[in-house]
Amino acid sequence: MTKGYIHSTESFGSVDGPGVRFVVFMQGCKMRCKYCHNPDTWDFGEGKEVTADEILTQATRYKSYWGTKGGITISGGEPLLQLDFLLELSRKAHAQGINVVIDTAGKPFTRTEPFFSKFNELLKYISLIMLDLKHIDTKDHKELTGVGNENILDMANYLSKIGFPIWIRHVLVPGITDDDLSLHKLHNFIRTLNNVQRVEILPYHSLGKLKYDEMGIPYPLEGVPSPSVESIENAKRILHITDYTGFIQP
Amino acid sequence: MEQNKQWRGFKGRHWKEEIDTRDFIQCNYTPYDGDESFLEGPTEATDILWGELQKLQKAERAKGGVLDMDTDIVSGLTSHGPGYINEKYKDLEKVVGLQTDKPLKRAFMPYGGIKMAEESLKTYGYTPNPELHKIFTQYHKTHNQGVFDAYTPEMKKARHNKIITGLPDTYGRGRIVGDYRRVALYGIDYLMKKKKEDFNACGSGSMKGEVIRLREEITEQYNALAQMKEMAKIYGYDISQPASNAREACQWLYFGYLAAIKTQNGAAMSVGRISTFLDIYIQRDLDEGTLTEKEAQELIDHMVMKFRMVKFARIPSYNELFSGDPVWATLEVAGLGIDGRSLVTKNDFRFLHTLENMGPAPEPNLTVLYSSNLPKNFKKYASYISVKTSSIQYENDDVMRKVWGDDYSICCCVSATETGKEMQFFGARANLAKCLLYAINGGIDEKTKEQVGPKYRPVTTEYLDYDDVMDKYDAMLDWLADLYVNTLNLIHYMHDKYYYEAAEMALIDTNVRRTFATGIAGFSHVVDSISAIKYAKVKAIRDEDGIVVDYETEGDFPRYGNDDDRADEIAVWLLKTFLSKLNKHHTYRRSETTTSILTITSNVVYGKATGSLPDGRKAGEPLSPGANPSYGAEKSGLLASLNSVAKLPYEYALDGISNTQTINPDALGHTDGERVENLVQIMDGYFDQGAHHLNVNVFGTEKLIDAMEHPEKEEYANFTIRVSGYAVKFIDLTREQQLDVIARTCHGVI
Repeated sequence: MTKGYIHSTESFGSVDGPGVRFVVFMQGCKMRCKYCHNPDTWDFGEGKEVTADEILTQATRYKSYWGTKGGITISGGEPLLQLDFLLELSRKAHAQGINVVIDTAGKPFTRTEPFFSKFNELLKYISLIMLDLKHIDTKDHKELTGVGNENILDMANYLSKIGFPIWIRHVLVPGITDDDLSLHKLHNFIRTLNNVQRVEILPYHSLGKLKYDEMGIPYPLEGVPSPSVESIENAKRILHITDYTGFIQP
Repeated sequence: MEQNKQWRGFKGRHWKEEIDTRDFIQCNYTPYDGDESFLEGPTEATDILWGELQKLQKAERAKGGVLDMDTDIVSGLTSHGPGYINEKYKDLEKVVGLQTDKPLKRAFMPYGGIKMAEESLKTYGYTPNPELHKIFTQYHKTHNQGVFDAYTPEMKKARHNKIITGLPDTYGRGRIVGDYRRVALYGIDYLMKKKKEDFNACGSGSMKGEVIRLREEITEQYNALAQMKEMAKIYGYDISQPASNAREACQWLYFGYLAAIKTQNGAAMSVGRISTFLDIYIQRDLDEGTLTEKEAQELIDHMVMKFRMVKFARIPSYNELFSGDPVWATLEVAGLGIDGRSLVTKNDFRFLHTLENMGPAPEPNLTVLYSSNLPKNFKKYASYISVKTSSIQYENDDVMRKVWGDDYSICCCVSATETGKEMQFFGARANLAKCLLYAINGGIDEKTKEQVGPKYRPVTTEYLDYDDVMDKYDAMLDWLADLYVNTLNLIHYMHDKYYYEAAEMALIDTNVRRTFATGIAGFSHVVDSISAIKYAKVKAIRDEDGIVVDYETEGDFPRYGNDDDRADEIAVWLLKTFLSKLNKHHTYRRSETTTSILTITSNVVYGKATGSLPDGRKAGEPLSPGANPSYGAEKSGLLASLNSVAKLPYEYALDGISNTQTINPDALGHTDGERVENLVQIMDGYFDQGAHHLNVNVFGTEKLIDAMEHPEKEEYANFTIRVSGYAVKFIDLTREQQLDVIARTCHGVI
């Protein structure tokens, strides 16, 4: 049985995929997004060791709240960094008829083995990937997160090619991810995909700062404000978010 | 079998042969599973009247919470001339009748206790009438006087030290719901005829105390019915005959309720389950073409406006206990019948729609009798109203129907009672947290240092030993249960004698079933304290007299509210144990003992009187309300908390298990449509596990601001905000951050 390392779980998530969901926050991430709200999920070697069965036992206590849409969302941290555990958890959940969603930034994605086969197997057990696109321009992406975005976009392309449903999420940070040019470029990319059910804009704000202070690390976005209403509306317009309605089920 | 022209088109037989409102409903109602698109907005008359009422409410607030008070007239069914929202617009009022001759003017009600009636006047700057003082001290005894004439020294001490709290010994006990629908369905004359028959059948020659009393009570009920007719006449109505159309049905029914609130000032004065009943009249008028949907909604809006106006004169200590001037004019919608049909009608939508037509309001206390099997459209509409207004509560019809049938009403905040068949002896709360401290200190109160409980052996060890404490707690709970039941027996004896609810009881079957509704305060703290003693190390800190006044707890322990069976099993044990101890005792008039885990807002006052506890709660801090987990104990999210509460078996707390939860709209979903659907999911999941009750708060900006100013309020303990994939508790944020969130939410963004 594969061991997983989690940061925490939350019994009630309702903005983490369709319906009411149990959320597992995996421990460990290699990206260093400046606006990250969970810096306490970065380090490997931290977190709590668990088995897939333990997580399922805990999660299914909330089955009565899930209805037909809800289920389990695996978030992080970066869940794809613990692919073997992810596979086992998703496979076992799927066998119990549980809807599983993965919330990822896509950075671990590669078409090389052994990742690629395992990733393809994972897709059999999950219903949706929520993919965070941090910045469309790889240079700016690197500036913002510490890494480039080529393979992240490749993952989106691959999922589009095989028709696997995704939601795209974009965090709007004033002066960093909210300029019209980047947004237009992002839109131009998203519209080449044929598997996007929803595009969500998540306005940045500084509530994560508390954790940086607690952990004694400098907060990279000191002084950056939250985006204005106009800026959010502008982003929604440029990204044509109302065009993506695949997430609305009867 | 009776035949009345007012009953044209109504089906069924049994309800015509004897009083049986439920049978009438079952034979005649039209279930509705459509959506809310048929609903109409407010009429011009509604806007005008509601505008006037809002002005009055504003003036009331400006005057310190009370607009006007009666000093010279003792409130009774016919004590006052007619009153209207505004004399100028009285013809616009589709449903008329006020407690006094002026809107929001509080009546003088001395029968519960002259002292409290006079103190409430003085509090707001009015002078009590000396003549009335003389009458109610020299010539006529009040309930309060009766109780204090009979209390034992032990009872007085327990009351004073607040181990037994909120006793209805200075005002009306409330919680009795007349079947006000009977006035509309049968008319007063028929109801009087039936009471006369009951009177003649009562006694058969053996004049024992019980029989004599019953005969006297039936006569009082009969007289009250006669006076109700006079009361209606003051407003120009003759209610001797059944109502002939929807407007009359609303008016007749309301007169029944008005009779109750003119004669009784109970803490809870519920309206009952009237929605489906009234729909039958409205549907008949709609079918006959004599009423439009717009007019139907207007009727319901105007009726609800009246329920929003119910007021009683209270004293400051009462207001501390039940803050915000509540009257629990509880009114139910929805539920299922025992035949499986949904009792949802268009009228259930209309009642909820009043919150849109006239904005959110605390009264009437709109209660959805919930089942996951209710029509989908109705569940979504109710959830939508919650998301928009946070004004309604939910109770599990699936668990209550099994016990109370399908025509029960909610008689207080959450307690069920079979409509027209039952009455309740309301009995406030026993503070089980304080009782645990008495067990540890050998009956000495940790605050006053008085010997209140029996002088049992106290805990003498430095560290609390689980078996030792449980042994002592068991004995102390026995003492408390005994004293509590007997105190209530005495109170209700005197209430029947000096403040009998003739008007309400006139609308209830003579052969009435009685329940004896006790309650528990400090529930979660006892559970967590026992868990701390069992799973961690608790050191007792003693003062110079050797009394334990504080605790130091080392190590972690499971807490109630995390879906952790180790703690939740203690919760179930506590409930079952206390009820079984109560059940050992004789109750007044052979009533059936029930208990509740609900404290409303009184948890703050109870907390002030309770010392530090082993769970880490410090002396004077509020107890957590009702069956809610303790402040800060919930570490695993909303659903884990709900799961813990859902484990409490309703069969052992038939008087109710109240749970209040606050959900941030941004944590509930990104769009209104998603919020509504997710809330339905939460309730389906919670109630399908057998949970009893849920207060749902979904807050907007104004409440965020309030939460920042008053973070100590219990409803903010779980106020969660979700930010870019993570959640934080609002009250855990600094003021600066709170302002930040508020500023952005003001613009409608997160």
